[in-house]
Amino acid sequence: MSLARAIETGDVSELPSRRDEDWRWTDLRALLRVLPPPSPLYEGEIAAGPSAAEKTLLVVNGRGVQPLRVSDDGVLALRFVSATDETAHLARLGIEVEAGRTLTLLESYEGQGSGYVAHAELDIRLGEGARLERVVLADDDADAVSVSLAKVTLAAGAAFSQTILTSGAKRQRIETQVEHPGQGASVRMDGAYLLSGKTHADITTAVSHNGTDGTTVQLTKGVVRDQARGVFQGRITVAEGADRTDARMGHHALILSERAEVDAKPELLIFADDVQCAHGNTIGALDEDAIFYARQRGMSDAQARSLLTEAFIGEVIDRIEHDGARDVARAWAAQRLGGA
Amino acid sequence: MLSIKNLHATVGGTEILKGLTLDVPAGEVHAIMGPNGAGKSTLSYVLTGRQGYDVTSGTATLDGEDLLALEPNERAAKGVFLSFQYPLEIPGVPALTFVRTALNAQRKARGEDEIAAPAFLKLAREKAAGLKMDFDMLKRALNVGFSGGEKKRMEILQMAMLSPRFAILDETDSGLDIDALRIVADGVNAMRAPDRSMLVITHYQRLLDYIRPDRVHVLAGGRIAASGGPELAHELEREGYDKYARQAA
Repeated sequence: MSLARAIETGDVSELPSRRDEDWRWTDLRALLRVLPPPSPLYEGEIAAGPSAAEKTLLVVNGRGVQPLRVSDDGVLALRFVSATDETAHLARLGIEVEAGRTLTLLESYEGQGSGYVAHAELDIRLGEGARLERVVLADDDADAVSVSLAKVTLAAGAAFSQTILTSGAKRQRIETQVEHPGQGASVRMDGAYLLSGKTHADITTAVSHNGTDGTTVQLTKGVVRDQARGVFQGRITVAEGADRTDARMGHHALILSERAEVDAKPELLIFADDVQCAHGNTIGALDEDAIFYARQRGMSDAQARSLLTEAFIGEVIDRIEHDGARDVARAWAAQRLGGA
Repeated sequence: MLSIKNLHATVGGTEILKGLTLDVPAGEVHAIMGPNGAGKSTLSYVLTGRQGYDVTSGTATLDGEDLLALEPNERAAKGVFLSFQYPLEIPGVPALTFVRTALNAQRKARGEDEIAAPAFLKLAREKAAGLKMDFDMLKRALNVGFSGGEKKRMEILQMAMLSPRFAILDETDSGLDIDALRIVADGVNAMRAPDRSMLVITHYQRLLDYIRPDRVHVLAGGRIAASGGPELAHELEREGYDKYARQAA
């Protein structure tokens, strides 16, 4: 069951639905009665991407994919552009970061067309001691259906950091599955969803700690207004014998309108004895006392709300290590939260 | 400066202020003392426009202008400042950012130019030094992890930077040790000016040894039960509020 299978076969019964536990809040089968036709080769203009990098891999309508093997340190922009209205496409891509190498991946989902159905699948492998920071900026069209799935496999001593920033789509899921070997490897997986209108974003993560001495830290935050819906599913599994695992997960959301919705499912599945694991989950509104305090000092109601909301999301953005990416992320969030 | 006439206000449907009348002329510092539950904090919130504090009758004007018709931020831009009894923590917003945003919002509302970053930083350094505050504290998230005394000092720093015309200090002495009290009082005294008035709300007379008021008022049962010179504070310290509380009841 996956959107990828459905696009490949044209068979909508392959779409995940609410009957699949991991997809119960992001039902695609009820949404897509038929699949749109395959996306054509697109040869028109492509708008500038959100990030600047020395190297860029441009994937338009699922085309332009080439496997990447990183043997030099550097920064790569990976752009998935959906350019044609009401069509469907699929892209699969492998990225391998060789042992000891460092890559900053600035990945973007750019909805240039409208109403498309897109699936991107990444197979990411980090060699021993390799480092990858993946910053995902998802700017899909509000009428699109978009799924991104990254399967990440780490070797000992590798460091994987990730920050997902999304404004959602008609239905959108950004999923990351990590095979964590322990052995000094570390994972940071953060995310922020800023949703308005009728958009939907689902950030799903699954980390499997399979060896001793591994760490995972996660912080996901969301701001939803209007009739938007945010979903966070985070699962950390600590296998038997994966002792001295240290895993921490946080999810915090602000609901700024009565008709907005957030669904969260943090899960810790622990089969080892000697571990430190914790999760925290909060969903609430802005603190009206803090808003009055800011207004008493001279800020308008809207200004106070946007200052507090930006500060709330700022905690996620501050953790982005790459300076340029952090600046892009901050500007992107400010633009979406301004005049809240 | 500030003129309150026959003010009635309710909180959650219960009448707390029951015909309060008070005048604070320009350049004067007045103290409001009173027992717990007399309506001291209600008065400060009514004057600053907090939601849930509803005026049912009476007036409050600042230099003849109706304060009660204005939004909280509009009152701030007119020069009304409240030093909170319990200052809020603002995670993720450095104190400097918070104050600069507030100051520029006030200036914009008054039709003035925004303050440039270098001038703002100079002002912040100068005022922080005056209150013996470590400047690095202003780079931290506002009030997050601050002690009670540090929060109060941060309130007075904001007041010094925003330079209000009319300041209300709500229980500014609570949470302060004697050294901090002296520093805060010096900061407040340094702001006394012919065109600025202050209303100092306190439960104890101690603060008034450091900030000498021109007038002292007793607030009991939702109205001003007695007024006098600074000696009234000493009398209250000796004899307590019993007599006024009984009168009000």
